Amino acid sequence: MPQQIDTYARNISDEKQHSVIDGSSAGTDKRYKALHHDYGDPNPLRKLAGAIKDHTLHHLDEYLEKSEKALTDRGVHVHYASTDEDARQAILSILREHGVTQLTKSKSMAAEEIHLNPFLIENGIDCLESDLGEFIIQLDGDEPSHIVKPIIHKNRRGIAETFLREGIAADYNDDPETITRRARVHLRGKYMTAEAGITGANFVCSDTGRLVLVTNEGNSRFGMAPNKLHIALVGIEKIIPKERDLSVFLNLLGRSATGQQLTVYTEFINGPKSANQADGPEHMHVVFIDNGRTDVLASNCREILRCIRCSACQNVCPVYRQASGHAYRSTYGGPIGAVLSPILFGSRFPELADLPKASSLCGACNEVCPVDIPISDLLLRLRDKAKREEIPSEGAIPMSPFATLATSPSLWRTAMTMSKAMNHLPIQVAPIKPLQDWLGQRTLPESHGGDFRKWLKERRR
Amino acid sequence: MIVSDERPVGKRVMLMGTCLCDAFYDEAAKATVEVLEYLGVTVEFPENQTCCGQPAFNSGDWNASRKVARHTADVFAGDLPVIVPSGSCAAMNFHGNLLQFEEAPEEKINSLARRTWEVMDFIRHGLGVKTWPGTFAEPTRIAFHRSCHSRGSNSGEAILELLGSIGNAEIVPFGQGEQCCGFGGTFSVTFPHISGRMGTLKMDHILDAKPDILTSGDMSCLMHLTGLARAQGRPVRHCHAIEILRDTLPVKS
Ligand code: SF4
Repeated sequence: MPQQIDTYARNISDEKQHSVIDGSSAGTDKRYKALHHDYGDPNPLRKLAGAIKDHTLHHLDEYLEKSEKALTDRGVHVHYASTDEDARQAILSILREHGVTQLTKSKSMAAEEIHLNPFLIENGIDCLESDLGEFIIQLDGDEPSHIVKPIIHKNRRGIAETFLREGIAADYNDDPETITRRARVHLRGKYMTAEAGITGANFVCSDTGRLVLVTNEGNSRFGMAPNKLHIALVGIEKIIPKERDLSVFLNLLGRSATGQQLTVYTEFINGPKSANQADGPEHMHVVFIDNGRTDVLASNCREILRCIRCSACQNVCPVYRQASGHAYRSTYGGPIGAVLSPILFGSRFPELADLPKASSLCGACNEVCPVDIPISDLLLRLRDKAKREEIPSEGAIPMSPFATLATSPSLWRTAMTMSKAMNHLPIQVAPIKPLQDWLGQRTLPESHGGDFRKWLKERRR
Repeated sequence: MIVSDERPVGKRVMLMGTCLCDAFYDEAAKATVEVLEYLGVTVEFPENQTCCGQPAFNSGDWNASRKVARHTADVFAGDLPVIVPSGSCAAMNFHGNLLQFEEAPEEKINSLARRTWEVMDFIRHGLGVKTWPGTFAEPTRIAFHRSCHSRGSNSGEAILELLGSIGNAEIVPFGQGEQCCGFGGTFSVTFPHISGRMGTLKMDHILDAKPDILTSGDMSCLMHLTGLARAQGRPVRHCHAIEILRDTLPVKS
């Protein structure tokens, strides 16, 4: 039996598949050009970024405390949420305190992770996604399938239809610029009536307490400018020691994510608006969320917490390209998701233990990761974990007969010589399903079992 | 990828033939012996060798793969360089093994890791051969598939340099060279659709470049790719890069 992700890939429409392949291949090409053009060899920079993150994770409690102090000094209210439910409740109670009924949200993977939107809507709060991609996802009741380009699996024809159906547009028009203009008109109206803005954060500088947000649409600043309340939901691993470290991370992030030297907007948020600022939120809250992160930190896959959510590993991954992000059945798809999802949502490990298997272990992800995460090693450690925890695996080939054979030299030599018999056997009809599937697509080379050893003996005579 | 900086060199080596050469690709193993001997190297072949253990390791059965790794480490005990005509089996020795023994390291495993060379890397960087004294009889277009297990090692560059220096050889680039062929051992069994699509895409790119020969440092990738291509009715001439080194040498009179 093929694994779930393989079956998923087999069944997705050609249209969706093409969108994913085109979008991700373009991402890989742009990344390569941008990084190598400016840095020649970007590897020392990737290693440095990885080392800074590693250092931070080793001293996370310290840096968390520092950040809290620096943020508080700036007049920001700091909250800690250990679970997704805690985070949702913390946000809801801040919103209730301020009597908020309508808000705008800029793209945040942490918010996706805790399924914030449906929760707020259930609780009577009108919650509008302001990132164009996320906005379209929301209209379609869909799920994002990529960290940076949530609608990588869609094409403009489908989007034009959505706009028509939802009354955002009066007629069908699939010209990208027209689509964007129409979304803009719609969203601008909403910004003005919203009472709060929710964002994530790409970085929190523990020395200054400033939050850094990068976007390409400027939607987060629109979300903050007109209203009185800003809530940032931030994974505890987003902290960096010093503001000067941004020179490393910002240079890598834009280039790795979208092939841009810098994203169009890089916002430094100093806290609530000061007395001499014309506008901006009067109240600012930061909700630090753990939601499984300390468990990951304690595991042998802690390196994955270095991740800065750039999506380079998704773009380059040949399995992701074939299967799409939705195949991974969790907020995070592709290599980052194959490692993070099964361990971040710890109780779901048995159910998601197939994710780390969805890799030929080609290591393309390791090469592009801006924070030097050895992703394929982590995939292997998780395969080992699944085996030790005796989680059944679809179609897995039992390996102990192999181990017996490979530790019995004379048995091995006999098997090699005997394998030549296969050349005369109709193995295509052998009643072994995986073998049949394999041979359905490929031909096997002729067996030359034992020939080399024989040749060598004669040569040595 | 962890590759030791202090791997031993020298004119006496042990050959790890790999299970794939044992079963199917004897020519690659023969060429390895012939090329090394041409370079004045004495090649020992420990009879009790079997497989590096990768199938079990990659599928997560580290109990099984550690047994095989210990067997391999015993077979190749000593201080001679261990030469492997496969980037992926070499990487199993110097990287995979360290991973699966990370909680309880064993000296014999570390020793094997320190001494293992992929053969083309050994020729280029161990023996210091910069140009290959071979020539094709006719202009020959070579498509070189850089196998994934040579990422992070020097093998890819070594193969390109050596093949590129052969007379009448032209290395032809093809699209999306960084992409995997889709084999991945047991991956091709448990993910047959994705594996097949990856291989087909790779073959599309390779055939677009109209090569005379498709080569690689890993026969496993070539087995998968050419197995697909043959089933699709578009066979392509292929061999291990070490066979090209052997076959272009001047014939001894
Ligand atoms: S794992 Fe690395 S490459 Fe993948 S999204 Fe995170 S930072 Fe980017």
